[in-house]
Amino acid sequence: MSFLRKIHADTLILPLLGVAAIVLLWAMISGHPTSKQVKDEWGDTVTVTKRTGISADLPNPVETWRASKNYILKPFEKRGELDQGILAFTWLSLKLVAQGYVIALLLAVPLGFCLGLSKAFSKMFDPMIQILRPVSPLAWLPLGMVIFLSAKWNIPGTGVSYTASDLAAIFTIAICSMWPTVLNTAMGVRAIPQDYLNVARVLKLSRTKTLFKILIPGSLPYMFTGFRLSLGIAWLVIVAAEMLTGKPGVGGFLWQQYNALSYAHIILCIVTIGLVGFVLDRLMSLVESRFRTA
Amino acid sequence: MEPLLHLDHVSKSFGGQCVLKDICLSIQPGEFVAIVGYSGTGKTTLINLIAGLIAPDSGTILLNGKPVRGPGPDRGIVFQNYSLLPWMTVFENVMLAVDQVFPGWSPAKKAEQVEKYLGMVKLAPARDKRPGELSGGMRQRVSVARALSTEPGILLLDEPLGALDALTRATLQEEILSIWERDKRTVLLITNDTDEGILLADRIIPLSMGPGATLGPEVPVPLARPRDRKSVNHDPGFKEIRSRVLNYLLDQGALQKTRLSLKLRLPDILPEDLNSPRVSRRHPLRRGEERRETVEVG
Repeated sequence: MSFLRKIHADTLILPLLGVAAIVLLWAMISGHPTSKQVKDEWGDTVTVTKRTGISADLPNPVETWRASKNYILKPFEKRGELDQGILAFTWLSLKLVAQGYVIALLLAVPLGFCLGLSKAFSKMFDPMIQILRPVSPLAWLPLGMVIFLSAKWNIPGTGVSYTASDLAAIFTIAICSMWPTVLNTAMGVRAIPQDYLNVARVLKLSRTKTLFKILIPGSLPYMFTGFRLSLGIAWLVIVAAEMLTGKPGVGGFLWQQYNALSYAHIILCIVTIGLVGFVLDRLMSLVESRFRTA
Repeated sequence: MEPLLHLDHVSKSFGGQCVLKDICLSIQPGEFVAIVGYSGTGKTTLINLIAGLIAPDSGTILLNGKPVRGPGPDRGIVFQNYSLLPWMTVFENVMLAVDQVFPGWSPAKKAEQVEKYLGMVKLAPARDKRPGELSGGMRQRVSVARALSTEPGILLLDEPLGALDALTRATLQEEILSIWERDKRTVLLITNDTDEGILLADRIIPLSMGPGATLGPEVPVPLARPRDRKSVNHDPGFKEIRSRVLNYLLDQGALQKTRLSLKLRLPDILPEDLNSPRVSRRHPLRRGEERRETVEVG
């Protein structure tokens, strides 16, 4: 029993204590409304409500809950394009991230293989990659807008269409999130032991067979580490992309509510983004650990 | 009879360091030859040369009278570290080789070939396991099965049992022997264990110490087959062969003189003058003397 209690203490009680501590700190520095009866210039008694606190305009936990309740308890309700339940927004964001992420992987894996296999290719493009890698999504997005300025895709038969801002957002997600996969794939290919390559040489495996039987399975563990890091970045970029393009989604909602002075919703969005990111990372590391044993 | 494998004055150096020099070797079909040498003398380089994984600097390597120009499945190699692909099962590892070498066969015939050789190394029950789930000895058997399954003209064994414990080693030696006696395939074994060489081979060739290692005088092993480990150990012929091989290797080792250059730090042993004023509370500074010494070991 003491063993079970220890597990609970480590995996449940301690993290909850941590959350409680942060919420307490938040409650301490956030503001709360105080009402005062004052006489105005005409001698009338009026009630003046002012916010006080260390950071007076920061909503406190109770206010945040009250303002967010509607979004959390009816998570899929759609009241308007920019007024939806929080999970409806999350779904929109996830769809966008998925598109950008898939494009990133489709570009990054072949690029990583070329870098890992060819010294000349690596020498040629590695500096470029190192320069492009740290560029912020905020910098890529305007470029994406320019590239897709006059683009508008209608996918026939589905009613799905992509506007310039959709394409720019996808472009930004793809280009920001591809680098960890590129670098990890290249590293994975370089890390394949010479013994395995000798097996391929002795058996005279063809190039395609070497690729599918040795190079790809041999570098999969590294590739999945790259996939996981890439997914983290893709989710990070979504907020920036939605903010600047004004698309509905968690990030777009966050920015819109900031402009609407509805500060409680910013906190709701931050918590949601954090939780979704955490879940995505856990899911990816589950997949990763499956391949690590291979 | 034309030799199956013929090496004529083969030399190889890496980065200016001569590893193998003037290697001459002829192996007849059906022969079991063992090359015995210290570790680090270029044994693996020799196997890699014959396998075609690296090219010699000078000299020629002929296989069936034709020069070796690259690796190929006509030489089955059992690598020192097994080199099994960890993401494939035992069956798939062997199948990869069979599939590659006999592309025209039907899937059923290929599977039968794989099963046959897995059976030969007594691994049929482990066919669906991955190398990571097997012991070292079992992995090496898979490696042997893979090499045999392509029905190569010659089997190259690169210290195949080097990483195994003594008991597993003995079992596998007997298995290699029984497979060879059944198959009568040409085998070149490279090992650092003289007894292993004598037990298995028709003749033993010692490899001298590097750099610039070369093959010493060969020692035929006229012991009757099938050989039994226990009785062979007491055979006077066995002892004589062993002492001849070992004497050559040890003499070679004695010829090698190694220069050791050491940096010595001689301690400052002067007593501290307690009357001198102490500036800080730290320990007095000791002035150790440094000297470089070169010693010849041999």
